[in-house]
Amino acid sequence: MTDQSIPVATSHATGARPAPGNPLKRFFQATEIDTRLLGMVVAMLIIWVGFHILSDGLFLTSRNLWNLSVQAASVSVMATGMVLVIVTRNIDLSVGSILGFVGMIMAVTQTKFLPAWLGYDHPLNWVLALGVGLILGSAIGALQGMIIAFLQVPSFIVTLGGLLVWRGCAWMVTSGATVAPMDTKFRLMGGGADGSIGATASWVVGVIACVFIVLSILHSRKQRKRFGFPLKPIWAEYVVGGVSCGMVLLAVNVLNSYYMPVNLARKYAEEHGIAWPDGGLDISLGIAIPVLIAIGIAIVMTFLANRTRFGRYVFAIGGNPEAAELAGIKTRWVTVRLFALMGALCAIAAAISTARLNAATNAQGTLDELYTIAAAVIGGTSLAGGVGTIAGAVLGAFVMQSLNSGMVLLGMDAPLQSIVIGMVLVLAVWLDTVYRARAR
Amino acid sequence: MTQQGTPLVEMRDVSISFGGIHAVDGASVDLFPGEVVALLGHNGAGKSTLIKILSGAYRRDSGDILINGEQADINNPRDAKKYGIETIYQTLAVADNVDAAANLYLGRELRTPWGTLDDVAMEAKAREVMGRLNPNFKRFKEPVKALSGGQRQSVAIARAILFDARILIMDEPTAALGPQETAQVGELITQLKREGIGIFLISHDIHDVFDLADRVFVMKNGKVVGHARTQDVTKDEVLGMIILGKVPPGATAGPGAMQMA
Repeated sequence: MTDQSIPVATSHATGARPAPGNPLKRFFQATEIDTRLLGMVVAMLIIWVGFHILSDGLFLTSRNLWNLSVQAASVSVMATGMVLVIVTRNIDLSVGSILGFVGMIMAVTQTKFLPAWLGYDHPLNWVLALGVGLILGSAIGALQGMIIAFLQVPSFIVTLGGLLVWRGCAWMVTSGATVAPMDTKFRLMGGGADGSIGATASWVVGVIACVFIVLSILHSRKQRKRFGFPLKPIWAEYVVGGVSCGMVLLAVNVLNSYYMPVNLARKYAEEHGIAWPDGGLDISLGIAIPVLIAIGIAIVMTFLANRTRFGRYVFAIGGNPEAAELAGIKTRWVTVRLFALMGALCAIAAAISTARLNAATNAQGTLDELYTIAAAVIGGTSLAGGVGTIAGAVLGAFVMQSLNSGMVLLGMDAPLQSIVIGMVLVLAVWLDTVYRARAR
Repeated sequence: MTQQGTPLVEMRDVSISFGGIHAVDGASVDLFPGEVVALLGHNGAGKSTLIKILSGAYRRDSGDILINGEQADINNPRDAKKYGIETIYQTLAVADNVDAAANLYLGRELRTPWGTLDDVAMEAKAREVMGRLNPNFKRFKEPVKALSGGQRQSVAIARAILFDARILIMDEPTAALGPQETAQVGELITQLKREGIGIFLISHDIHDVFDLADRVFVMKNGKVVGHARTQDVTKDEVLGMIILGKVPPGATAGPGAMQMA
């Protein structure tokens, strides 16, 4: 159990400072880095290094990390919504089933209805299919949200019912038959050789991200100056900005150094009229589209949680539902909107996983609700409500996926994998409890 | 300093019952601008319930609420705030997990032209208001959970006065406070009174409020026992009203007064 030691180690790091002048504490205070999140990053790195050593150098390869990023995309999309659901002291057990049902509907839409109407491989097919999915997902979420908010049925029960209902619906759409293959454009959302943006575009994305990081630091400095608030020390801004940009570029570099396998590269070369040299071609895959989607969702959700009224209300409701109500917040509508949002995120996750599999099966997304909840909880979301971050949940999804892929690489049996993941979940929450008790 | 003219607030014959229990039964109270009215009674006398009707937390079964002599339609907390009624609840009603500025503006956030939260502006205003109320308050970045009882209280009070309240309701405002903080709240009430704000003080302990109040209303079993100007009655007489429902000569009897044989 490699991951066991890490959060303990970080809590030592922060806990070892009775003296307020301790340089480490001063560092964290000045940079305003979330030590809990940092602890998670360290935990993940230790898991990675551990698997790398145990698998004789198979884990920390660009290929494995590229696959890891694609595999974590679907759950991390849903986890960003699950955080907010749990923050409001609710739970959504139906996300896996909604994913299955919506995925099935999207598959049928693009393979049966749209081709009959627009013809095969019509450029609009994927947009319409995705649109249908988003509408359906939000509608399902809103329905569940209304039952929770207005009929006062506990969310645990409503979504437990949903888990069964939507799974049943997924089966009924095609009487259990698998639907395949997907529209070629739709498939891009699942990644793969075509569904990646290539080296150049990846660098562009990376550089844009860096520019945004720098701009946001400058903006926040300007804002604080405007109102005369204490500023962070300038070195702290440089450290935070430098490290963030460095990490972004490093990640892009890793994803860019995964090249297409030979036969795919040969096909790609033929299609693009590139001569096939003797030594073969190194064509970078770059960032996969599902990963790009997941990053985009994480950014949008972070924005929603921190910078909008809706997000503020979600946290206020989680902190004190009565106070939120007395402050004049329409708490019931916030709940409905939140569950509708969760449903829409399920639809996006469904698009990613259906596209990746190039098929919709009625068992798709089974147990995903548990992975999603686990990702949110490992990411520091408190089941008591009021506490949680989007970034934490995304990291949680990556930790879960890292454990999964790592154990597969080591050739562990499936039952053993479940046992390990189950134990890690309990352990992570326990460590978090310890951390919070110390931090107080 | 009982005033003539139109009361700021008048609640007439207000009743509410929960499952057959008349929590408030035909209660009438009024409040003039710049006046402090104490609402006294035992726990369960109905004073908090009456005031929650005014602040929109409960909906009355019958009776009228008049603000400046005009019928007011108050069905939820948002309505009450529109009439300039702000409430500081006994339970403080703050969201523990967000910071002071977020609590001050909860439900009425300042926004940038793009519709996003203007946290910096809210923090600036919060610093200004809190600086006036409690100059020692420095912990703007921390969740309210981390604050002391008195600090949380000042957050709750700041929230109430931030939006130019005309009517302030304080439910057991000093219950969670030490002596020094209680004195601060007293000063604040005097200051707000000078600004012409009408204040309802609710308490089950007469000693907390007698010196601050201009008038007292006493409730017992959901009914108003009577009301009096504090200069016309003694503390002991008011205690008699609270405990026995006995109305002294200096007070005006209400429907809940003990029937003298």
